[in-house]
Amino acid sequence: MLAIVHMTVNGVEQELAVDPRESLLETLRNRLNLTSVKKGCGVGECGACTVMVDGTCVDSCLYLTMWAEGKHILTVEGLKGRSGELNPVQQAFIDEAAVQCGFCTPGLIMTGVELVDSGRRYTREELRKLISGHLCRCTGYENILNALEKVVGYPKTEEKG
Amino acid sequence: MEVVGKSMKRVDAYGKVTGEAKYANDLCPKDALIGHVVHAAIANGEVVSIDISEAEKVPGVVKIVTCFDVPDIQFPTAGHPWSVEEAHQDIADRKLLTRRVRLYGDEIAAIVGVDNVACERAERLLKIEYKEYPTFTEPEDALKPDATPLHPDLRPTNLLVHTSFKSKDFDYEKAKEEAIKKYGAAHVHEVEGEYQTPRISHCHLEPCTSWAYVDVNGKVTVTASTQIPHIMRRVIAQALGWPVGRVRVIKPYIGGGFGNKQDILYEPLNAYLSIVCGGRPVSMDMSREECISQTRTRHAIHAKTRALYTTDGKLLAREIDALANKGAYASHGHAVAAGSMGVYRNLYHDEYGSRADISTVYTNCAPGGAMRAYGVPQAVWFADCQVDDICHKEGFDPLRFRMDNCVGAGFSDPANGITYYSYSMKECMKKGAEYIHWDEKRKAYADQTGPIRHGVGMSIFLYKVGVYPISLETSSARMVLNQDGSIQVELGATEIGQGADTVFTQMAAETTGITPDRVYIVSTQDTDLAPFDTGSYASRQSFVTGKAVKKCALELRNRILDYASYMLKLPVSELMIHDNNICERIPLDGAEVQTDLSAGNGYGYIPDGSRDENGVYRDWLGADMKKWDIDDLPSGKWSILRDTGKIFARPGKVLLSLKDLAETAFYSLDRSEHITAEVTNHCKENTFASGCTFADITVDMRYGKVRIDHLVNVHDSGTLLNPQLAEAQVHGGMAMGIGYALTEELLYNEKGRPLNNNLLDFKIPTAMDVPDLKAIFLEMDDPMGPYGNKALGEPPIISVAPAIRNAILNATGVSMDRIPMTQQRLVAAFREHGLI
Repeated sequence: MLAIVHMTVNGVEQELAVDPRESLLETLRNRLNLTSVKKGCGVGECGACTVMVDGTCVDSCLYLTMWAEGKHILTVEGLKGRSGELNPVQQAFIDEAAVQCGFCTPGLIMTGVELVDSGRRYTREELRKLISGHLCRCTGYENILNALEKVVGYPKTEEKG
Repeated sequence: MEVVGKSMKRVDAYGKVTGEAKYANDLCPKDALIGHVVHAAIANGEVVSIDISEAEKVPGVVKIVTCFDVPDIQFPTAGHPWSVEEAHQDIADRKLLTRRVRLYGDEIAAIVGVDNVACERAERLLKIEYKEYPTFTEPEDALKPDATPLHPDLRPTNLLVHTSFKSKDFDYEKAKEEAIKKYGAAHVHEVEGEYQTPRISHCHLEPCTSWAYVDVNGKVTVTASTQIPHIMRRVIAQALGWPVGRVRVIKPYIGGGFGNKQDILYEPLNAYLSIVCGGRPVSMDMSREECISQTRTRHAIHAKTRALYTTDGKLLAREIDALANKGAYASHGHAVAAGSMGVYRNLYHDEYGSRADISTVYTNCAPGGAMRAYGVPQAVWFADCQVDDICHKEGFDPLRFRMDNCVGAGFSDPANGITYYSYSMKECMKKGAEYIHWDEKRKAYADQTGPIRHGVGMSIFLYKVGVYPISLETSSARMVLNQDGSIQVELGATEIGQGADTVFTQMAAETTGITPDRVYIVSTQDTDLAPFDTGSYASRQSFVTGKAVKKCALELRNRILDYASYMLKLPVSELMIHDNNICERIPLDGAEVQTDLSAGNGYGYIPDGSRDENGVYRDWLGADMKKWDIDDLPSGKWSILRDTGKIFARPGKVLLSLKDLAETAFYSLDRSEHITAEVTNHCKENTFASGCTFADITVDMRYGKVRIDHLVNVHDSGTLLNPQLAEAQVHGGMAMGIGYALTEELLYNEKGRPLNNNLLDFKIPTAMDVPDLKAIFLEMDDPMGPYGNKALGEPPIISVAPAIRNAILNATGVSMDRIPMTQQRLVAAFREHGLI
């Protein structure tokens, strides 16, 4: 039997009939076609499916859709401005060549947006810890950290050795 | 060069940061059925029977096929170009589903259902009877006389292939006698060492995935996450017994491959499941667990080595005997092991020569296949553990020893003629040593005691570009002019995250004279549309496909100029394309020709075929090359004259916009012409890339904890096509190298069951495990590369693990023989040495 759930996804109110066993990852991908939400493991190990639920990042593969009743969901599709403007986190990922295969990218960008929303700044070491729930096999994290430092890091005083 | 060599932003970056770039599963129709593989619950044996009667009744189950139903066809899976010579063809040891179980989880049946729940419920109701044989996951056990042969139809024992390479008339004992005669017994020393590398998983972030349906034209159409769409098409046809033309493969964006997707995985089965379900779309989206234990791995290799050297630090002879763990199926066969041994031998020069023997052996575990750098990380682990063990024993400086004994300028591999043209191995070492402060640190880190110790270590590598002449290197390209003067570039080569689409765009822009914003590369390869190319592997595309792109761009340029000549009533020789315009061509005087005369070490080379019968230098692609008299070049140096359309001329007055030309060409009532170019480039060139890693580390002896303080890779990859992307590529390889060194290993229990096939227990590095990564490049223009470039995709991983190992040796005096150097292994080793 399907169950009815109400949630706001990327600013749009949705009333959906879902399987109560369904994960938010499955609902977003399969019912709303939000394919920026990637499945890398399905069990909360890789962070590729990260989305925001009421302003907090979660692994959507571990989050039952039924829990989202009445909540606000934000995915990378929801970051794009009316005329296609990019979020500063997205722009920083482009400028710093933090994108390679692109599969971990949407999840990391959501974590970046969460950090920006916190209104504070972070050291590189703090950022390492804060993104350690996101696995990336292409970049060695170097340029991802550079991109995040650009938007939430402290102003650079000297070149890194 | 105006476009090549610049850090242009990735052409796919916008699509990827917005999540709009579509990957294989993103394109799967929502009504697709689910294809679910039933995995064997034993590691070695036979399926006696499968009773599907109860399972079939589960609501939502559409079809169940078992190993007793599939066509009796064996096919190979390696992502190699097909060989027309039977002896060189890949080993056909797979069926779509197998009755003979050769590894835990082998594919014995498949269930097609409306969702995963239906398939999993049905699986639980299958009644499967097995006949079980003893399990062997190590080659040593698989070679014992009582071990059941896994593929008796192909091999009488579990030995797949044994290869022996050696220098002419080389014999280690004879070399020893001669060396003692020459240098005196007191001056000839020897080390023996035994080294091991682990089986690891690629762990690309996108799991292996595909979906298939039969199109209205009767073609089975498979959309797959693959590095090799054209090869996949051929293998699916072989597996089904269908003609190649009835198979279509579509490759959209993919989430990394690292060699795992240079193999054919569930795609033929996926095609088959759709066919037996009346052509309905069927999706096969592997779980991460399947992706680690049921696809491919890097080969675990176990090697015994000996080396002979003089007490003043000259290598005399080396030999190695190795066993490579093939796993249950041939996959890439013996190619990985053979390639590995070549680099072990070539990396250093031995006065009396060397010998390498390696056996590839079938076992009951996941098949070894291609993985980033294809056997070379193992080779360099063996060679550079050995070198540092020599240096440690004798008190030699490892940097000095490598400078004295490493592969030299002008080296040519006697086995295949591959020649090291733009040589800078020693310069790479020099740069790395400077960056890490080698001399100061080796001094500062001498004679440490206590729980916290520091060390510096290094390792070097050599890597060929593509597979010529061992195998075929061919690539084709198509360019089509649009009405607005922009072009499409269509290739069979694949973007897999490395940035291929971006550098191909740069190449096409560079050579046509059309600006990169007007070059539209078609990222998706559809085998019905994309020209033929074997795909992304062997760090070949920027070199091999790059030549096809350049050749095609030259041809397109000539066709455009031919039309311009018609419109302007001027000879082609007076025209050139620059910045989307047809301009006057102002030839440069000889004196103004820009050439690179700064070859390293005073060594020069003019490539074969570069001089015509009159002694005139020509670009090997031949087209429209200004002639240059070779005798005018300074002797003892080389000169690279590469026609990019601009070197020999500069643009003058604008005569016509490309847009006006294109519009006229399309719609002229006098001469309508759709300007396109399509070429094949059969690449018969190769060269070596090289480089090194230096690591500065801290070891906490109590916990066996290694902290990497500084890590630097120095690469000689020729001219960089896009420095920012090149650097990013190196970072990724370095991080992968850290995982290889310290944490990654796919483990099995004694029954052959995988123990850690998930991302929690198979430890790839997180952002907290990786230090700031430094990449340094020595940009030597290589005469073989289409734009002076050579391999970069795979090399960054090669020398990281041995550099870290040698830094641990420097810090602690303990020689680790086996990767990964986990905390447990380090603590055990420190205990054994009485250090803790």
